[in-house]
Amino acid sequence: MARRFRIPYLYVFLLPALILIALFFVLPVILTLFISFTDMDYRLRWKWVGLANYYKMLRDRWAPIILRNTFFYVFTTLACFNVGMALILSILTTHIHDKVGAAFRAAWLLPRITPSTVYIIMWNWAVAPYPYGLFNWLLRGMGINYELKKFTLEPVAPWLPLPWVWVWVILVNGFIGASFGMIIFTAAIKAIPADYINAAKVDGATTLQTIRYVILPLIRWPVLFVTAYQTLSLLTSYEQILLFTDGGPGYATEVWALYSFHKAFAEYAGAFEFAYGAALAVVLVIIGLIASITYYKVFRFRELMLEPKIEVT
Amino acid sequence: MARPIDYLKMSVPYIILTIVTAPIVLMYAMLFIASCSRTVYGLIPDQITLENWRFVITGYISPPGTSGLAKYPNVYLVTLNTFLLAITVAALEMTISSLAAYALSRYSFRGRSAFLSLTLVLHSFPSITLLIAIFYILKVLGLFDTLWGVILVKVSLDLPLGIWIMKGFFDGIPWDVEMSALVDGCTRLQAWWKVIMPNVKGGLASVMIFSFLSGWSEYIYILTFIVSEEKWTLSRLVAAMIGEWRFVDYGQLAAMGVFYMIPVVLFFLFAQKYLLRITIASKGTV
Repeated sequence: MARRFRIPYLYVFLLPALILIALFFVLPVILTLFISFTDMDYRLRWKWVGLANYYKMLRDRWAPIILRNTFFYVFTTLACFNVGMALILSILTTHIHDKVGAAFRAAWLLPRITPSTVYIIMWNWAVAPYPYGLFNWLLRGMGINYELKKFTLEPVAPWLPLPWVWVWVILVNGFIGASFGMIIFTAAIKAIPADYINAAKVDGATTLQTIRYVILPLIRWPVLFVTAYQTLSLLTSYEQILLFTDGGPGYATEVWALYSFHKAFAEYAGAFEFAYGAALAVVLVIIGLIASITYYKVFRFRELMLEPKIEVT
Repeated sequence: MARPIDYLKMSVPYIILTIVTAPIVLMYAMLFIASCSRTVYGLIPDQITLENWRFVITGYISPPGTSGLAKYPNVYLVTLNTFLLAITVAALEMTISSLAAYALSRYSFRGRSAFLSLTLVLHSFPSITLLIAIFYILKVLGLFDTLWGVILVKVSLDLPLGIWIMKGFFDGIPWDVEMSALVDGCTRLQAWWKVIMPNVKGGLASVMIFSFLSGWSEYIYILTFIVSEEKWTLSRLVAAMIGEWRFVDYGQLAAMGVFYMIPVVLFFLFAQKYLLRITIASKGTV
């Protein structure tokens, strides 16, 4: 008897979620793959063309440039902010007065919850020329006679051949990205028993040595996790770049995800190439899969998961 | 004797943190100052004025360079759209994810673990890879250019996260609690609603805040799936104002930005512990 009542209630609980996930998650995954084998445009007609879109991608003269942009963007933002700045923030905020540290971390949370459109307005003004732009105004105010440039391909310095526009694209995304790692690393650092830090101090370790030989090894697993996870997030992020530079000037800051969006939905040059956009999206998923598998193998996640949370090496 | 040196060393983290955090704080300060002044040089307002906030009274913003003839849709209509979108997304997300999470936490049925890992795998399919197919599905369902379409897509794509957050909370409640309710003659649905749900308010608040803010800020789906101006949300309006960058009225744009930020700031000030929780759980855009 009990069984007969069990089954219907189970459906009441599960059905809404099942329908939505099937309709807007599972079905789109399959459809994307199928659309990439057609020549669908805004008329939404199905005409099978086999691998034509993928051949087109091989001949696309922008594809290699955009691929290089994507790897550069993901690697630099990840190293400098999503992991690098996150580590700096979490280590420093846990080494000062607790309330003050929490306030600094809260400030870094703001960019993440700010609507992207408003966030981009602020950056546009921050990097505007003197006397309006915040950064240039600050520099001049401090007596530094140096003009930060906005959307140019001019290199930052003779010894650093990085175009200015890339500096800003990385900063815009990095200031959002750092908070994810910051929160996870902070929790991990707070979980380290005070004895370990004290023991290092008693042995005469300096603060930097304590960080290098005690804290960093103990939060290795969160660091690897954030690296892997944020690689995928960065690979597929494009909203800020769309609003900030729209991939420009030219294709200088166009990344793979944005290219897929542009091909499918942009209002200029070859608009509504849904099929080509879908093929680009499929390639993005494949790149993501390769990255995940590589991380899984290289970092030996399985072994790490078996290890105790805290160990002393 | 060593004291002064200690103080110097102790101040190093503060100095570094202040320098790296300054851009964030100053940018928000600049936005606020710019919204109340005619022109702003860095952080110095040229002339304090409330002129930029006129849209709060008139309800209208004119695209620059049209001398007030052309108009963007009414600001309050756009705000209402944004609010309805966000609140509906939040309500659906809370209901559907806690229903599903309850089943996944309490029932054992065939395909349970498959469903759980499916939600995890799907969570790693980001919106860009599905955007084109979802466009197609919305067209076929007749939901293209409707806010309902955007709402359903948003709820679905945030569902895995909501389910995992809520499942964690349900798992933490001992069986005995609802067993006694069932023994007293409640149905499973009644037990869920009357006994279990009051115990997971923290999780519900997290899901609510996350999905409200996610709906409130949504830009890409509105840009892609909404054509009619009367269905715009604030993100689309602000983006349209930025788009006129050559002639843009900076003060008015800043005021609009501050206006748009109000709920975000409220949650930031009063619900930070929930925000921290959802930041860990969500994958975030970047």
